[in-house]
Amino acid sequence: MQAARPYLAAFASRFLLMLQYRAAALAGFATQCWWGGIKVMIYAAFFAAAPAAAAASPMSLAQVITYTWLAQALLALTPWNADPDVALAVRTGAVAYDRLRPVDTYALWYVRGAAWMASRAVPRAALMLVAAGFILPLIGLSDWAWRPPPTLAAAAAFALSLPLALALSSAFLMIVNVVVAATLTDRGANVLFNSLIIVLSGNLLPLALYPDWARTALFLQPFAGMMDIPLRLYVGELSGASAWAGLALQVFWTVVFVAIGRWGLTRVMTRLEVQGG
Amino acid sequence: MPQILVQDLAKTYRVAERDPGLLGAFKGLVHRRHRVVEALKGVSFSLEAGELLGFIGPNGAGKSTTIKILSGILKPDAGHVEVNGRIPFADRFAHVGQIGVVFGQRTQLWWDLPVAEGFDLLADIYRIDPTRYRANREDLVALLRLERVLDQPVRQLSLGQRMRAEIAAALLHEPPVLFLDEPTIGLDAPSKLAVREVIRRLNRERGVTVLLTTHDMHDIEALAQRVIVIGHGQVLADQPFEALRAGVLAERRLLIDFAHDAPDLNLPGVEVRRRDGASLELAFDPARTPAPALISTIAAAHDVVDIHVEQPAIEEVIARFYDLHGAVEA
Amino acid sequence: MNSLRLLLRYFDASMRSQLQYPGSAIMLGIGAFLTTIIDMVAAWALFDRFGQVQGWRLGDIAVFYGVVSTSFALADFVTRGFDVFGTEFVKTGAFDRILLRPRSPALQLIGYEFRLSRFGRLAQALLVLFVGAWAVGVVWTPDKVALLAWTVLGGVALFTGLLVLQASFAFWTTESLEVFNVLTYGGIQAAQFPLSLYAGWFRNFLIFVVPLGCVAYYPVLAILDQPDPLGAPDWWLPVAPAMGFAFLGLSFLAWRAGIARYTSTGS
Repeated sequence: MQAARPYLAAFASRFLLMLQYRAAALAGFATQCWWGGIKVMIYAAFFAAAPAAAAASPMSLAQVITYTWLAQALLALTPWNADPDVALAVRTGAVAYDRLRPVDTYALWYVRGAAWMASRAVPRAALMLVAAGFILPLIGLSDWAWRPPPTLAAAAAFALSLPLALALSSAFLMIVNVVVAATLTDRGANVLFNSLIIVLSGNLLPLALYPDWARTALFLQPFAGMMDIPLRLYVGELSGASAWAGLALQVFWTVVFVAIGRWGLTRVMTRLEVQGG
Repeated sequence: MPQILVQDLAKTYRVAERDPGLLGAFKGLVHRRHRVVEALKGVSFSLEAGELLGFIGPNGAGKSTTIKILSGILKPDAGHVEVNGRIPFADRFAHVGQIGVVFGQRTQLWWDLPVAEGFDLLADIYRIDPTRYRANREDLVALLRLERVLDQPVRQLSLGQRMRAEIAAALLHEPPVLFLDEPTIGLDAPSKLAVREVIRRLNRERGVTVLLTTHDMHDIEALAQRVIVIGHGQVLADQPFEALRAGVLAERRLLIDFAHDAPDLNLPGVEVRRRDGASLELAFDPARTPAPALISTIAAAHDVVDIHVEQPAIEEVIARFYDLHGAVEA
Repeated sequence: MNSLRLLLRYFDASMRSQLQYPGSAIMLGIGAFLTTIIDMVAAWALFDRFGQVQGWRLGDIAVFYGVVSTSFALADFVTRGFDVFGTEFVKTGAFDRILLRPRSPALQLIGYEFRLSRFGRLAQALLVLFVGAWAVGVVWTPDKVALLAWTVLGGVALFTGLLVLQASFAFWTTESLEVFNVLTYGGIQAAQFPLSLYAGWFRNFLIFVVPLGCVAYYPVLAILDQPDPLGAPDWWLPVAPAMGFAFLGLSFLAWRAGIARYTSTGS
């Protein structure tokens, strides 16, 4: 446990620091309400327009609505950009300090990145839950609301899957960090990664709603574990064997990303040291 | 009719105050507390065309507030300001077309563009007549020695080159008045000398009225015929620099190297500041004891190897002045 | 006019500055093109599964989207200065220099940077627009082309107004406000779909507060030769884009108020 102390400390300090950014949290919340609201209205219109297709759909409207609110609430858990602290450290050359500390650089950045995402997600998720989970039903719009998991099993599966999603996202965030450190700029990487992640994590549209022929591939790809899998577990659309498969996929891809990230980081750091930082 | 006229200028800022921490930030959302800062409490002075004025004072004294009001980008709360016969903030477009402003730490030129193209862009912005522009630009380029710099992007210039280009840029539209805010800050010694020389020539040869704000007292010593000291939003002094110096710290210093161990000197009006083996540092008032008389008195009585007369450093004079008026940094 | 000449010179300077790094400019343009493609992915998937919504098909949505995205791409091209106003001008005090020039601040900000990469979005938007129009059988008569141009102009005015408003807020908060992205990027997403899909209060928001419906939904109905299922009169459809200009006018009021505040309180 002693060995973990520096990492725990790093997590806590970053987490608490980010909690101070209230204005950003409120702005994020407003954005989420807008996006969530629009999507929910559009989905409802589509479901209402074609009852046959709606019945055949792998997810019901109620499930899609809850999924949408949850996806907005947990938006900060997806690795959009490089960790701004890393980008800054690379730009200013402060990376050298991290190397001088008697801790594993990968683990340190990993933990800090996880804290960054988690701390941005918590206030936004809490606000979203209050608005979509409690206020909407209270004003008579429970059809549009964020509903609780249908079964205890679904809730438990979600509870297992959410930290795995954070682990997976952090592992991918590390890869983005490595790319930034390697190219010494955060310009190009962002644009490409963002669009990919928006689609493949289920943020744009629940993966289950894409054409049936694509569904297996979409399930197996790594980004599904960042958002789509935990959310589908929550609404109960993934259960039984497929639920375990989903969790296993999250673990698998996390391990793969961590391996790639560690390898990449070592190479970049060696190169930076050779160049004199 | 003075070219620049400032009468009883007053300006107060309301600065929002907030308790630190999360709770303070939340309280700040609900109830705003304000601290009132009186930046200017009745400043008055005037400048005739062709003058070169040094504008000094500790940080927070009200210098930049005054410059901003003179530039027309800030409205005063009270008082009367006139530049070139216009009220700056009332007639901003017309006014700014008649002044040039140089900020020491920021460039107005475009970072990626060659200097010459930046100048061309400014010519369009200021609607300068093309023939006058070409002639004036040639003059300025020669005066500021910018020939080799013209086709280089601004980001590639050294600080000294950038400052010279900056001054040229501020004068492209031939304004009769030039405001310089810390023009030599961060420059190396040769560049400082070059910039001072340029300012001097602009003032003497082209008759540009110059108002120079600076913390570098050597700028003042080199350039300013007249100095205004601002402290706590008020004018503390408005006089030629030498008069200021004489009023504050009239003493001179005499450093003498003797052939043998420094003797004990006991002369009226002369204070021994330091004794260092064969050297002595003396302080005296030149009004009471003229330097030549003092030197011959000492040299006649002792074996003197070397003599050095100096005035106290300008920084010392100014610091002393601030002290005397309680004008420390706000 | 001298202002036009100045803008052309700003434009020239901006182009040359970016073309110093041609590879980067192209990459950014392609990147912009690719990222905007995902705007239509959700709609495509939904139509694939459900077939239609309230009688609308994917082609119709493509036209709605194409029009509003074209408007935004063009507005984005000329409003970079307003977009970064808070962090680049107010926070740094660089706005002082703008005030020290005998030209309107808005003009100078328009001239600040013309980003070539925005053409990536423009290309994609026009592609989607015309492919969608072809799919639903629109015949481009001169009056429809004119209506399209007028609609895009209204949209450009609206989005420019949003950015001017965002910049105006910076006078009070000194930061660029991210919330406005909701109305620009979020606005494109919302305007993709016909207003009839949305709840009443939201529809009204998109007509009367931020009139996105007036620069997309209504005029495009006229282009598609469809009457408004919500019952707006036919004469209103081509007139609606004027609301974009009204919005722009209002946002300039806020802008001028902001400048007045800046010059009286310093920075």
